[in-house]
Amino acid sequence: MRDLVIAGARLLDPASGLDTVGDLLVCEGRIEDLGSGQGRPEGAALVEGAGLCLLPGLVDLRADIGEPGHEHRETIASAAAAAAAGGITTLCALPDTDPPLDDPALVQFVLRRGEATGSLTLLPYGAATKRCEGRELAEYGLLKEAGAIAFTDGRRAIAGARTMRLALSYARAFGSFVVQHPEEPSLAAGGAATEGELATRLGLPGIPLAAEAMMVARDIALARITGGHVHFAHVSTGAALALIRAAKAEGLAVTCDTAPPYFDLNETAIGDWRTYAKLSPPLRPEADRQAVVAALADGTIDAIASDHQPRDADDKRLPFAQAEAGGAGLATLLGVTLAQVHGGQLGLLAALDLLTARPARLLGLPAGRLAKGAPADLVLLDLERGWQVKDGQLPGKAQNTPFDGRALEGRVLGTWKAGRRVFG
Amino acid sequence: MSFSFPILPGGHLLAIEGLEPPHIGALLDLAESYALLNRSGKTQRDLLRGRTLINLFFEDSTRTRTSFELAGKRLGADVINMSVSTSSVNKGETLLDTAATLNAMHCDLLVVRHAQSGAPALLSQKVSASVINAGDGTHEHPTQALLDALTIRRRKGRLEGLVVAICGDVLHSRVARSNIHLLTAMNARVRVVGPPTLIPAEAARLGVEVFHDMRAGLAGADVVMMLRLQKERMTGGLVPSSREFFRFFGLDREKLAVARPDAIVMHPGPMNRGVEIESSIADDPERSVIGEQVEMGVACRMAVLDVLARDLRRNA
Repeated sequence: MRDLVIAGARLLDPASGLDTVGDLLVCEGRIEDLGSGQGRPEGAALVEGAGLCLLPGLVDLRADIGEPGHEHRETIASAAAAAAAGGITTLCALPDTDPPLDDPALVQFVLRRGEATGSLTLLPYGAATKRCEGRELAEYGLLKEAGAIAFTDGRRAIAGARTMRLALSYARAFGSFVVQHPEEPSLAAGGAATEGELATRLGLPGIPLAAEAMMVARDIALARITGGHVHFAHVSTGAALALIRAAKAEGLAVTCDTAPPYFDLNETAIGDWRTYAKLSPPLRPEADRQAVVAALADGTIDAIASDHQPRDADDKRLPFAQAEAGGAGLATLLGVTLAQVHGGQLGLLAALDLLTARPARLLGLPAGRLAKGAPADLVLLDLERGWQVKDGQLPGKAQNTPFDGRALEGRVLGTWKAGRRVFG
Repeated sequence: MSFSFPILPGGHLLAIEGLEPPHIGALLDLAESYALLNRSGKTQRDLLRGRTLINLFFEDSTRTRTSFELAGKRLGADVINMSVSTSSVNKGETLLDTAATLNAMHCDLLVVRHAQSGAPALLSQKVSASVINAGDGTHEHPTQALLDALTIRRRKGRLEGLVVAICGDVLHSRVARSNIHLLTAMNARVRVVGPPTLIPAEAARLGVEVFHDMRAGLAGADVVMMLRLQKERMTGGLVPSSREFFRFFGLDREKLAVARPDAIVMHPGPMNRGVEIESSIADDPERSVIGEQVEMGVACRMAVLDVLARDLRRNA
């Protein structure tokens, strides 16, 4: 690997709090050195970083990448292209594919396909239960040996309390954790929007806000009796965040993430039957959006994930209740998060921490750092450059963004994976 | 009758919500004139001559489809009924495939009924025709609200200040939603009455008073509007049985006695006699205006077609 110097950039390492102008030296895919006054080795490629930010590549905890089974929506190759354009260099893939990732061979298949992209560390989750059906536990030991990063049933909640108890207990044996889609399925069944005035006006079947909090409350109780680690994905309500905050204060192994739609949009985005804003969990009232913003700032939320859910036009051009839920998120993860920084709700390092070092730590990865010896997964960012999200013009296959038309500030100019330029 | 402002902005009738009181008043005035015309036995067959009206029904409805068909024919339109069976939907033909077919047929006015909320709005974005919502899921049924309002106005002389009790399965009722929007816009006092399992979330935010006791809800009412209880609500567990429902939320003489002595009784049809309404009340000419509702239905649909056809001519 040819050496590389990125010179004169604003170096940002959220884990150490580093925020200084300097150079960063890459050698054999790792960060050799960083700081001011670095020498420039003979033959090293030079990238001028003056006026730009250099940050660790993003670590995305949650994305559906279409493969295997839904290649018409997204492939690993197209997801990798979108990830690189969005500054994401590590991505955890959901296992509720077709077939689901409940077999070591399938986990290895996804790993190999990820490696073949050359631009992305693709880490598949293993299924928490066989076929993601919520009944019998999958083979956590064998799946982990094959490379599964943790266990989840993806978009499906692990509904049975006994099954969840067993999953949390059993995962401990392998030092792993279980990711839950926190929504009580019997209460949410058939719902298309958050229950309330808007859903009533639109004549849409509602999902009560409490469907999230009650699942979170149950799983916290199960974490308490098993000593297991539960991670709640895309948390979106104030009530659930209050429960998670209390569980953390109690010292339980409870973590959570959210996704950009839940702190940038509220339920009014589905007005006029906009199916591109139909998500799971559904968009929430403004008070809950504000609660998510507060929980980002106070540390209750451990990570921001893209929650990328590729859907094609035929999945979305349907009456609202029949349309598929889910939004594309890879290309907008960084930009929408930076809107919180530009809006003054989050500091720049705190925001980047939620996208890099904290999710990396949760997964036990050396990524997400701008530090000597760390993998040279890097993003060169123009923090002030504006752009507009437009469906039809996003990188990758999936164009189903809930942010269509949204003006953002902060543009990725270059992405490096292990020292190799993969975007820009 | 001529109007100085567009009665149906956008060239479609997709919902009552969003219509302003002057628009509603103008539609009702025009409908009233058609009611008189219909009673006189005259027709006005030149208004929609050469226009094609397609009744596109994804759900069965003899009453509403026939009413639109009659309204279109009385105004001279070529009327075609298309019943799209669920089987062809299951074959994979989407709503938008249907829209492409209709565009190829050069349809001018498209009347749509669909089991999904928002389906007519989706179609309206994809077809060149003016779309009239003839009932979409649990969202709205705007012409039903117009015909109900016209019936009330003819009997009571006004809408403002009247106490209207809408009773029964409000949760699943597009008729209730459209009536709530129309009647509250016209400053009637609207109540919804039913068991909590059949009242939508945050109903009070629509500007209505919520009652779970039928006698309290009917006390002093000028208008009692009963809704149809679908049989599948029983199997869905929202009410335990039809006999329990009738006992507490069905309209009988005893409950009706607390309404005003001159209160009228309405029902959008088809009725479940003995479930939400006692037969003797449904058939009582002193109380029931159910027959008049059907008559006003044709007049209101003529008015809506008339107004939309004016836009067609303007845009031609």
